[in-house]
Amino acid sequence: MKAFLILEDGTVFTGTSIGSTKDVISEIVFNTSMTGYLEVLTDPSYAGQAVVMTYPLIGNYGITPDMESKKAWPDGYIVRELSRIPSNFRSEGTIQDFLKEQDIPGIAGIDTRALTKILREKGTMNGMITTNENYNVDEIVPKLKEYRVGDVVTVTTCLEKEVLPGDGPKVALMDFGAKNNIARSLNSRGCEVTIYPAHTSAEEIIESHPDGIMLSNGPGDPETNVSIIKEIKKLSETDIPIFAICLGHQLMALAHGAKTYKLKYGHRGGNHPVKDLSNNRVYISSQNHGYAVDASTVDADVAKEAFVNVNDGTNEGLAYIGKNIFTVQFHPEACPGPQDSGYLFDRFIDMMNNREEK
Amino acid sequence: MPRIKDIKKVLVIGSGPIVIGQAAEFDYAGTQACRSLKEEGVEVVLLNSNPATIMTDKDIADRVYIEPLTVEVVEQLIKKEKPDSVLPTLGGQAALNLAMELEEAGFLKENNVRLIGTTSETIKKAEDRLEFKKTMEKIGEPCAASLVVENVEDGVQFAESIGYPVVLRPAYTLGGSGGGIAHDRVQLVEILENGLRLSRVGQVLVERCIAGWKEIEYEVMRDSNGNCITVCNMENIDPVGVHTGDSIVVAPSQTLGDKEYQMLRTSALNIISELNITGGCNVQYALHPDTFEYCVIEVNPRVSRSSALASKATGYPIAKVAAKIALGYTLDEIKNAVTKKTYASFEPMLDYCVVKIPRLPFDKFISAKRTLTTQMKATGEVMSICDNFEGALMKAIRSLEQHVDSLMSYDYSYLTGEELLEVLKVVDDRRIWKIAEAIRQGISYDEIHRVTKIDKWFIDKIAHLVEIELQMKRSALDEDLLREAKRMEFPDNVIAEITGHTEREIHDMRHQYGITAAYKMVDTCAAEFAAETPYYYSVYGSENEVTETNDRKKVLVLGSGPIRIGQGIEFDFCSVHCTWAFAKEGYETIIVNNNPETVSTDFDIADKLYFEPLTPEDVESIVDLEKPDGAVVQFGGQTAIKLTESLMKMGVPILGTSAENVDAAEDRELFDEILEKCEIPRPTGGTVFTAEEAKEVANRLGYPVLVRPSYVLGGQGMQIAIDDHDVDEFIGIINRIAQDHPILVDKYLQGKEIEVDAVCDGEDILIPGIMEHIERAGIHSGDSISVYPAKSITEKTKKTIEEYTKRLAQSLHVIGLINIQFIVCGEDVYVIEVNPRSSRTVPYISKVTGIPIVPLASKVIMGHKIKDLGYTPGLQPEADYFAVKMPVFSFEKIRDADISLGPEMKSTGECLGIAKTFDEALYKAFLGAGIKLPKFKNMIMTVKDEDKEEAVEIGRRFAEIGYKIFATAGTAETLKNAGVKAIAVNKIEQESPNLMDLILGHKIDLVIDTPPQGVEHSKDGFVIRRSAIETGVNVLTAIDTAKALITSLENTDIKKLTLIDIAKL
Repeated sequence: MKAFLILEDGTVFTGTSIGSTKDVISEIVFNTSMTGYLEVLTDPSYAGQAVVMTYPLIGNYGITPDMESKKAWPDGYIVRELSRIPSNFRSEGTIQDFLKEQDIPGIAGIDTRALTKILREKGTMNGMITTNENYNVDEIVPKLKEYRVGDVVTVTTCLEKEVLPGDGPKVALMDFGAKNNIARSLNSRGCEVTIYPAHTSAEEIIESHPDGIMLSNGPGDPETNVSIIKEIKKLSETDIPIFAICLGHQLMALAHGAKTYKLKYGHRGGNHPVKDLSNNRVYISSQNHGYAVDASTVDADVAKEAFVNVNDGTNEGLAYIGKNIFTVQFHPEACPGPQDSGYLFDRFIDMMNNREEK
Repeated sequence: MPRIKDIKKVLVIGSGPIVIGQAAEFDYAGTQACRSLKEEGVEVVLLNSNPATIMTDKDIADRVYIEPLTVEVVEQLIKKEKPDSVLPTLGGQAALNLAMELEEAGFLKENNVRLIGTTSETIKKAEDRLEFKKTMEKIGEPCAASLVVENVEDGVQFAESIGYPVVLRPAYTLGGSGGGIAHDRVQLVEILENGLRLSRVGQVLVERCIAGWKEIEYEVMRDSNGNCITVCNMENIDPVGVHTGDSIVVAPSQTLGDKEYQMLRTSALNIISELNITGGCNVQYALHPDTFEYCVIEVNPRVSRSSALASKATGYPIAKVAAKIALGYTLDEIKNAVTKKTYASFEPMLDYCVVKIPRLPFDKFISAKRTLTTQMKATGEVMSICDNFEGALMKAIRSLEQHVDSLMSYDYSYLTGEELLEVLKVVDDRRIWKIAEAIRQGISYDEIHRVTKIDKWFIDKIAHLVEIELQMKRSALDEDLLREAKRMEFPDNVIAEITGHTEREIHDMRHQYGITAAYKMVDTCAAEFAAETPYYYSVYGSENEVTETNDRKKVLVLGSGPIRIGQGIEFDFCSVHCTWAFAKEGYETIIVNNNPETVSTDFDIADKLYFEPLTPEDVESIVDLEKPDGAVVQFGGQTAIKLTESLMKMGVPILGTSAENVDAAEDRELFDEILEKCEIPRPTGGTVFTAEEAKEVANRLGYPVLVRPSYVLGGQGMQIAIDDHDVDEFIGIINRIAQDHPILVDKYLQGKEIEVDAVCDGEDILIPGIMEHIERAGIHSGDSISVYPAKSITEKTKKTIEEYTKRLAQSLHVIGLINIQFIVCGEDVYVIEVNPRSSRTVPYISKVTGIPIVPLASKVIMGHKIKDLGYTPGLQPEADYFAVKMPVFSFEKIRDADISLGPEMKSTGECLGIAKTFDEALYKAFLGAGIKLPKFKNMIMTVKDEDKEEAVEIGRRFAEIGYKIFATAGTAETLKNAGVKAIAVNKIEQESPNLMDLILGHKIDLVIDTPPQGVEHSKDGFVIRRSAIETGVNVLTAIDTAKALITSLENTDIKKLTLIDIAKL
């Protein structure tokens, strides 16, 4: 069956329908990872977005247990070509079936590079995937322009708290749409991880006496999370060590008066160089964010820049002065992508242990 | 970290002659690195014995020494030039080994020279099997169960404790020389004995066999600040067991999930960090197909063939960045040369798929086994890029220029299913064609996978191509099917053949439906950033992104494709220099080529690079888009010449010598007319199509005769026939492939062979120098030792040669280069071959005369006159030194290849000896080719009857410098009768001690074995030569070569060589 991708600027791509055949309007973003399509599909940060994979051959190793959450989150999926058969010892099924099961509409067989170039030049924009051959661009474009991603944290966070037992420090993980590997990375290092819904109050967290607080990644425009930002401010006023990733990093910055802004087309992939300004070491990181913290709006007395993106100089991390708080824009939990910055979890654990000793 | 200020003068060591396992990739890497160093104001001293390279140009390095790569030479050079640093990681294993020897001997320290790019500790940890294993154990990286042994007994004991089969890998050898898989004790002993001998340190690793696992490679980089990145990973379609150089390779990996990908990536970064590598490094893994278990196979702490491939596959210039790192820069300080916006500290992301296929030399070595093992056999490779795997595979197949253009090119349909499964067990270069046939016959993926261990994902891709092929066979070709077939890169001629149309009809149908090739950019970042690199590949079914350029005159330069015997790196040298020359005159330059190992496919050589197959259809698509003002075909070897006719049909003017004149040189009758008109004699002959006609001509001329197909390079298929029987056999071999052109049969003249390269502007000619071959006619010019200036012909003969060259160039209306081969018998000069194009000797003669003939020829092509370019026309004055070009062979790599020399070229590379005296130049050339004598002062002689007289003289001279001569009965008797001491030994089929025992006893320096002419070589001689080669003994098969060797040995002392900076010539 034919499928069409209609962009806000009126561009139409014609391809083949994959997954669900329902219509969807969404924000279109591209991801440059060459492996890890399943991790991308199950990353809650893609809620409200349709993802274009720039690597043209997708589905080669099928569906494996490498899920970053219980379900797939993107509104739509855009690829050059889906593999006819999966081949991997862990493969449990095909990506074609997975997309159908997850009711995600998609389009294959389009020139994804041409699409990526449009998004790069004109910036992230909204689009519609449809199988309706009688689409009317003039009617659709205004609808596309209206679309907003909305409050997706509420959609992606867990409903109830959950405990992953461990013998080490107790970590309260605020789930704003967390990828599983954040909890796994802490848990595998011995931490007892308690995962809290995004709207849990600061008081409840503080009363549970965690050794540390982890703020997760998550989808959407950080500024819309007004109430959560207030709670984070309260958390930051305790002396409990806090480590934050991606959306968590942005929320912490907002809680301290800094500003965030939307990047032209975001950073999504597994090849972004970030520099640790404490030692000038460069790490290749996994990234998935459309917004960034404007470092110039960070109060120099509150926090200093700890990581910076080598490509475009955008902020990649903050260290809060006089506080046990450090936050990063990238994803040390990887999955998909490089594991180079996994040491940050160790740093967090050290912070928790040092505080106990004190 | 900024650049280390006190690095001012760096010695860069190249990789020497092209041999299997060490080819053009090091010229690419070396050239890029030298340019990168010079950019930083470093004075570059270059040492490389290979004159055909671009890196040995005076534009690339400041001081250029084309001298043998031996410890003695490097020591002398360091004393002479006093560099402060040595960069050894660009010249492959050869350079690394040299650096290690110097470091271990304490020489570098004594002379205050530091190794940059890597430390000796790093080299040792990576290259020494024992050290490597220890290091891997320390950081918990798994290696296959293995033991380093220094004798056969330990090897047998260990193998039997872990169980057969076992893999054997000698330490410090290149291309896996002497390695192999042993399935039982007999095989183990054989391979192990040999491997111990070939290893520089007498060590061989005996290892658990992990054949059948996935073979995965990572190219990684690290700087002195500890920053690490991976440039690319690659997956071999052929599982572990086939040398990666002989495998079909795809980039990035296709069947690895993110878990496996990141697991191995992290491992690779841990390894380079532990080894403390600063620069590029290659890590090879075996990955269990059904678990996460993996083993580290090997680490190469230097640029390599794989790094060249990774550079071309991603656009990330590994050698350039490695050179900057060696100077102290960190990755985040080095600009990404492709995007010019981002930095070298990132990882390339591909939005396409790359396939590499090795170019194997079995068309040259008909007797050789085609099986692929851990011993590399490929002489070169092709690469292709497409947005789908099937298309990349199809493009790579037709880039090979081996008469293959689809998965139907080898016919296995005569085999039954059972037989197919049997032949699938044989791992050879035709395996993908056998798999295709298996699929046609309905054999299941599982069954094919069970036998081949090739991942089902790849089998499915082959199946997809077969399905398209069958669809085209069964149903009418409609627009959708044609579109899909083109997306899978089926060439028009194959579609035509399948569907019963003509190629023209398919072409027109395509254009009618608007199905044309689009071009995409290789930009390192999957379109995330705007890039400026004009590096393109074609796809069907996507949007074109090449921007039209029309501001300058546009020239299309056609490259020479994969490196093969007969068409090597020298044509890349010519293509690159031609491109530069046109650029200098203000042209926009466009290169089309498909060889990832070369300088010409570096993205900053031409204004635009199209990484594409060199077939008429692929070139036409580029021409349709670019509409060049002209094309240059005379620098890209036979590959480019073959495209002449098609280019003219496309309406592209051929710049330089016209196509009709190229034809005139190849077309026997036209050429005879020209010779007659010019009053130039040539050996008599005729053109034939059948064996009957050939025999008739041969008998008319009288045997021996030379038989060869026209329009070939490197003497392919050329043989000397001594009787009707030979003619039958040779014509049979030639006609195995349908010939478009007649076969030539010529009277074979035995005389001195003389070669000339000349530039002609239509009126005047310029001959930089006359070259003379040491071996008499009958041995291919590429396999002969070539001497400049010619030393044994008279002034009068030289004048005749100059005059003939002029007449020929003029009457063929040559504009550009011409190469002519003559035979001189007494004062008589005969023309035997004319090639109105660049030749193998062009780089060599340019360098030793200091006359840049490719730029000159290019200028002439652009319309300049020789007189206006600052040269006096005619033969240029002779130099006051001698330069000897020595062929280098890779026989030890090709099992069962006959090493005896003849009219068919067999050498893979060359080296140069240059000196004030002929003897020293010759000595240096032999040294450069790896013939470092004397050692044990024992030799074997077995010569054919015609050579016996000359053999006496040679034997006497060897005896005089202390050699003990062993000889077969006939030769021994001749020697003894002439008063030369010789020990007669039994032939190999006779009882011990016989020749074989001597050879295998490893105390023999040299075997002189001149086999009788004709194809009926004695089996005995074949076995002697093979055994000698495989045990590392030097073998000479031409009496003239032997004479040259003794002359050089008599008069030269290795300690007293004078080194010559050719940049000053």
